[in-house]
Amino acid sequence: MNAVVNPNSKKQAKSNPVMTFIYYFASPKHFYRISGKLIPWLGWLATILIIVASIDGLFFAPVDYQQGDSYRIIFVHVPAAWMSMFIYMVMASAGAVGLIWKIKLADVIASSTAPIGAAFTFLALVTGSIWGKPMWGAWWVWDARLTAELILLFLYLGYMALESAIEDPRAAARACAILAIVGVINIPIIHYSVEWWNTLHQGATVTKFDKPSIHISMLIPLLLMALGFKLYYATVLLVRARNKVLYAEQNNRWVKEILKENS
Amino acid sequence: MYNAFFSLVKRDLRLAFRHKSEILNPLFFFVIVVTLFPLGISPEKQTLAEIGPGIIWVAALLASMVSLDSLFRSDFDDGTLELMLLSEYPLSILVLGKIIVHWLITGFPIIIFSPLLGTVMFLTNDAIETLMITLLLGTPILSLIGAIGMALVVALKRGGILLSLLVLPLYIPVLIFSSNAVGSSMAGLSISGQLYFLAAFLIFCITLAPIATSAALRVSLE
Amino acid sequence: MLEMLQMGKYGAYVWSSYGLALVLMGYVAIKPLMDKKSIFKELAMKYRRDPHNEEKQ
Repeated sequence: MNAVVNPNSKKQAKSNPVMTFIYYFASPKHFYRISGKLIPWLGWLATILIIVASIDGLFFAPVDYQQGDSYRIIFVHVPAAWMSMFIYMVMASAGAVGLIWKIKLADVIASSTAPIGAAFTFLALVTGSIWGKPMWGAWWVWDARLTAELILLFLYLGYMALESAIEDPRAAARACAILAIVGVINIPIIHYSVEWWNTLHQGATVTKFDKPSIHISMLIPLLLMALGFKLYYATVLLVRARNKVLYAEQNNRWVKEILKENS
Repeated sequence: MYNAFFSLVKRDLRLAFRHKSEILNPLFFFVIVVTLFPLGISPEKQTLAEIGPGIIWVAALLASMVSLDSLFRSDFDDGTLELMLLSEYPLSILVLGKIIVHWLITGFPIIIFSPLLGTVMFLTNDAIETLMITLLLGTPILSLIGAIGMALVVALKRGGILLSLLVLPLYIPVLIFSSNAVGSSMAGLSISGQLYFLAAFLIFCITLAPIATSAALRVSLE
Repeated sequence: MLEMLQMGKYGAYVWSSYGLALVLMGYVAIKPLMDKKSIFKELAMKYRRDPHNEEKQ
């Protein structure tokens, strides 16, 4: 009886092509294989984009009439700040997927993503402060965006601290997913309150950071860099996730076969 | 369900009154932290009046945070928490009961004592009144958000510092709006905007925090 | 050429920003690649020591 029913029910469960693809890709073995093919492409594309955007931004974009050449930091600072937010969203979404549908791969993605996000947040903070020195005359100003970025760094650090404190990786993934979701709900509220706080305490000092009407020749390297950072993130994320998958699945035959192929 | 809720609240309150230190220690902590600032900065009236609202609020934040341990710790140790998980009543309702008790034994005494500290920090009468209103709206938020963090770390041996890393960034909006409201009322400005924000945030947290807390408890107790 | 690299009076700020980005992002990218090698080595050693340990699938 069972032998007759099972193939049918399996077919039915996988009839939705999207879910079929997700389950296929989410199985550790296939993830490992497919991501292995993707990584070189993504990695090289990211490298080329970042190099092109840097050269364009450093040498070819016109000088800003107000800030001189110092504004060229924008091509690192702003994409890094964008990434820091984007990565937190990815982390929370992956955590939610892992929590709700119990897809192991989503947990791996969420936990591999945190350190990269923290690195981008740190980069955005430090470049913002380096930019602030010639603009404001001080290494640190309690500007709304910098302060919000600092709080975001705290959120990342809390996430990573919680992850390393719980020994069982399954429980750690679920606890971190809850924390990330709570964080994501709170981020808009924190941003709003920090911005509100900032407008009260220092009005005129920060206008230089306010959106200038950006020229197209400055926008191109900015967007190229943002795209390059996204691809870089995807590459590093996949490499990290592959490591975790390989280690977690070490008792399975496919891992042994991969090791044999590579030795 | 209401029976279960109220009997849980009664039980927790009775337990808290049996160990009076659970009520008194956070309060002492609050008073001591505020006292340190005049000693560390200056006893001058103007300086203290300016930084007073922020200091009293930071102290309230910390007092609420260090007392979070009493929320779930003893129930976790003796297995009551596991029984709550298995009970037929929705866990988030029971959790809400525990959070209310936590607020009654830590937040409420702070509100009662705050006029004293406001006077010590040379706040005006209006500002003290505002301070009490913001504490009334804000300290429940602290208990609600703190409960999520505490539920995440309750099974860990050394959760203390970790808890502060998780919870303090989330407390920031409360700190900003409350201390600003107190400062504004001292300057004679309108504060209804800040109070509306706090009230909205409180309602938001009452709806969502118990759900997140019970999800976190299920993870921690697995 | 040299003038271009000096970026007015802001050369130090601009170059240190880009340099920091290079170092940090380079480290974040290379660290997992090194981890991968050490995981391969560790697993290979494990399998050699105990070739038939609880094989699944």
